[in-house]
Amino acid sequence: MNETQVKKSSPVLDFFKRLKNARETSLILIIVAICIVLSITNPYFAKWANIQTLLGSIAINGILTIGMIIVMISGGLDLSIGAVMCMSMAFSAKAITLGVPPILAILIGLVGAAVCGFVIGQIVTKLNLSHFIVTLCFMGIARGVVYVMTSGISISLVSNLKTMPTLAFIGSGYIGGTVPMSFVIFLALAIAADLYARKSSGMRKVYYTGSNEMAAKHSGIKINRVKVLACVACSVLAGIASVIYMSKYSGVSVSAGEGAEMTALSAAVIGGVSMNGGKGTVAGGLLGLLFIVLIQDAMNLFSVQAFWQDLIRYVIVLLAVILDVLQERARKKKNS
Amino acid sequence: MEALQLRDISKSFGRNQVLFSIDFDLQAGEIHGIMGENGAGKSTLMNIIYGNLKSDGGEIRVDGNPVTINEVSDAQKLGICFVEQEIALCQDATVAENIFMARINQGKGFNMKKLAEEARQILEPLCGGSIDPYEIVEKLPISNQQVVEIAKAISNNCRILILDEPTSSLSGEEADALHRVIQDLKKRGIGIIYISHRMSDIFGQCDRVSVLRDGTMVSTRPIAEATVQQLVNDMAGREVDILYPPKAEDLQRTEENVVLDVQGLTDAEGRFSDVNFKLYKGEILGFAGLLGAGRSEIMQGLTGLRPMKGGKVIFHGRDIMGKSTSAIFQDGLVMLPEDRKKQGLFLDMDIEMNTSAAYLQQITRGGMIQRGKEHRQAEEMSKSMNVRCTGIHQIVRSLSGGNQQKVLLAKVLAKRPDVVIMDEPTRGVDVGAKAEIHRLLRQLASEGVSVIMVSSELNEVMGMSDRVVMLDSSGCLVGDVTGDDINSDHIMYYISDAYKYQEKNDEVTEHE
Repeated sequence: MNETQVKKSSPVLDFFKRLKNARETSLILIIVAICIVLSITNPYFAKWANIQTLLGSIAINGILTIGMIIVMISGGLDLSIGAVMCMSMAFSAKAITLGVPPILAILIGLVGAAVCGFVIGQIVTKLNLSHFIVTLCFMGIARGVVYVMTSGISISLVSNLKTMPTLAFIGSGYIGGTVPMSFVIFLALAIAADLYARKSSGMRKVYYTGSNEMAAKHSGIKINRVKVLACVACSVLAGIASVIYMSKYSGVSVSAGEGAEMTALSAAVIGGVSMNGGKGTVAGGLLGLLFIVLIQDAMNLFSVQAFWQDLIRYVIVLLAVILDVLQERARKKKNS
Repeated sequence: MEALQLRDISKSFGRNQVLFSIDFDLQAGEIHGIMGENGAGKSTLMNIIYGNLKSDGGEIRVDGNPVTINEVSDAQKLGICFVEQEIALCQDATVAENIFMARINQGKGFNMKKLAEEARQILEPLCGGSIDPYEIVEKLPISNQQVVEIAKAISNNCRILILDEPTSSLSGEEADALHRVIQDLKKRGIGIIYISHRMSDIFGQCDRVSVLRDGTMVSTRPIAEATVQQLVNDMAGREVDILYPPKAEDLQRTEENVVLDVQGLTDAEGRFSDVNFKLYKGEILGFAGLLGAGRSEIMQGLTGLRPMKGGKVIFHGRDIMGKSTSAIFQDGLVMLPEDRKKQGLFLDMDIEMNTSAAYLQQITRGGMIQRGKEHRQAEEMSKSMNVRCTGIHQIVRSLSGGNQQKVLLAKVLAKRPDVVIMDEPTRGVDVGAKAEIHRLLRQLASEGVSVIMVSSELNEVMGMSDRVVMLDSSGCLVGDVTGDDINSDHIMYYISDAYKYQEKNDEVTEHE
C-alpha cells in the first residue's frame, strides 16, 4: 500500500481522476457509441421525428426513475411507483370529470401519492419491514384502488382537456414547436434533483443512511425520518409523472404504469445506483434509463418482433449488471 | 496420556506477529483453562488447532502422533471440536437437526425419528433429558442452546473439546448447569480446553491453567498451585509496553466542574443496575471491567441507544434521559462506537464525507452543504489526526485499521463535543497508531473536553485514565480509583470478581 501523509491534491487533477472513474463517463461513452452506430446503420434514427418521440417517451419513466434512485440511495426500493402513479392520476382525472379546477385536481392526486409514500415509509421504519414486501403490497393496493374507483373502465379526459389548454400542453405541447414540453419538465426536474443530490445536506443524509444506517444513527442523523422522506419524495415524483401521463394520453387507463417500476429499477442499477444503498447519482441512473430507451428504440427501428423485445432488453440489463460486478471485483482486487 | 501437544507454534498476520513459539499440552480427561486479556492470542491459537488458521511453524501432535491440520475437516477427523463464544445455531431448526447438521448436509434425505433418537442419546448424559430433540432452538434458553452447541460438537466422536468463554452470556445458575455437563464430559475422557475470563470458572472447573499474554504462553500451573494473585500478575504483565502520555496534573474535581452526573442508571434488560458516577471537566475517566460486564451497554444507555429502566443523566444541568441519540449528540455528548465498521464509518465513502457526517449542521446554509467549508474541515481534521492517506477523497475502506480509526475520531471530534465516550478506541489498531490516538485523547482532555474511555485492555485503561471506575462481571459498579491506586493488582482483584471469590475460596476448591 502506498500511503503517504495528507497532501493537498490539485483540484483540477482530482476532478479528472474522478471523472475517469465515474460511472457516468463510461455510460455516456457507450450511449454515444450506440447513437453513432444507430445513425449509420439506420436512416431513421437521426431524423428529428425519431428524436422527438424519444424525448417525449423518456419524460414519464425519467421522473419515476428519479424517485426510484432516491429511495434506492436511502437503502430501499419502491415497486409501487407505477401503480401509485396510476392511482394519483385516477384521483386527479376523477376530480376533473367532477368539475374540480385542474390545479386543485392535480393537487388531490399529488396528496394521494404523498400519503401513499408516507404510509409506506412509516410501515418500513416502525415495523422494520423490508421495502420490497411493503411496496409490493402497495403496488397491488394502489392498483386495486384504481380498479375500485373506475370499475376497470378507463377515464377519458379528451373533452375536458379541450377546455384546459395548459394541462394539455404539459403532456403533448412542444416548446417552439420542436421540443416536447414534457421533456423540458423532466429535464428541469432531473437537473434540480441531481444538483440537490450532490449539494444539499438533506440528500447527504439520505446517502449516509443508505451507506450505513447504524453509523448514520451514531452521527446524530434521524434515520427514520430520512427514510420516510425518501419514500414520500419517490411517491410524489410518481404523482408528478402522473400529470404528464394524464395530459399526454388524455385520460387514465387502468393499466397505466404497469412495469414502470422494473424499467426504473433496471435503469438505476445500470446507472450505478447500488441496491444496497448509499451509492449512485441521479445523473447516472438517468443515463441508465437513456441506455434502456435507446435499446428499445433500436429494436423498434429494426422492427424486432414485440415478443422478442422484453427478452432481449432484460438479457442486456443482466449482462450490464454482471459486467459491472466483475469490474468492481477487479478494481477491489487491484486495491488490496 | 497427552491428547494434544503443541510445540513451537507461531503465527503472524502480515508484519504483525501474534503468536510466539507456543508450547501447550492437554491430557485426556483434563480440563485445561486458558486465560489472557483480549488480543493476547487465545482465539488465534484455538483457530490454529481447529484448522481455521494455519500456523507459520511448529508442530501439532494428537495422541503423540504429529498431524497436519489444514482445514476444519482435518481437525474434525482427529476428534477436535470447537464451541465458539457466539452461539451459531440455526435458530429456526429443531435441536436434532442442529446437532446433526453436518450429516444432513452430506446425506440424501434423513429420517427425523432416527435423528431425534440419536440426539436424545447424546443429550441424555449432558442434561438428563431436559432438552427435547424436537424443540425449535430459538425457544431454548441460552444455556440450553450452549448445551446443544456442545452436543453438536461432541456428536462427531469428540476427543478434544475447545470451549471459548462458554459462560460469558450465562447467568450464575445456567453456568452451574453447564459446568456439570463439562465435568461429565471430562469423566468420559475428553480433553477440554476452557477459555474464560472468570476466576470462579477457572478455579472451580479446571485442572490446570495457562496464561497467554501478547502472544506468549507466560505460565502453566496445576490449579492447586495457582493463586488469583499470580494469574492476575501473569495476565496484566509487569512491564508497561507502551509509554502513555503524562496524566493531567491540575484536575479540579469540584462540584462546579462536574460535566456529567449519572445517577442510578438501570438497564431495562437488567445488564446493569444503579450505576452512579460523575465526570469532571478535562478528565479522562476509564471504565475497567471484563468482557460482558456491561461497559458498552452503560455507554449505550447514556447516549440513548439502549432502553433504560430508570436513572438520571445530568448533562449541562439538564436530565438528558429519554432524549433521542441525535438530540444528545447535538447537545455535545458524543460516542465513538465500539465497532467502527458496523456503527462508525461509511466504508464506501471518502474521508471527507465521513468527517462531515456528524458536522453537517454547521456547514449547511439554506439547506445546501458549503463544499468549501466541508473540504477545509476534512483537510484540517485529517491532518490533525495524522491520517495516512493519498488524499481526503480516498475511500475509507481502503485505509488500514488504525487510519480508519483516526477517521472515525475525526468524524466524532469535528463536532467539538464537550464529552466524548470512547468505546474501544484502539481495537485492531497497530502500536504506532495506538500511541497517536492516545496522544490525541490526552490533548483533547487538556483542551477541556471530558473523555470516558472503555477498553478491554487493562493496560490501556490504566495508562490513560486519570480515574478508573471498576465494574465486576455482573455489571455492578464496585468503586473508583485514582493516582497510585490505578494498578493492575488492585483493579483485577475487583473486576475479575476475585473480591467475591476469595471470601469463599476454600469452599470451592474442596467442592471439586
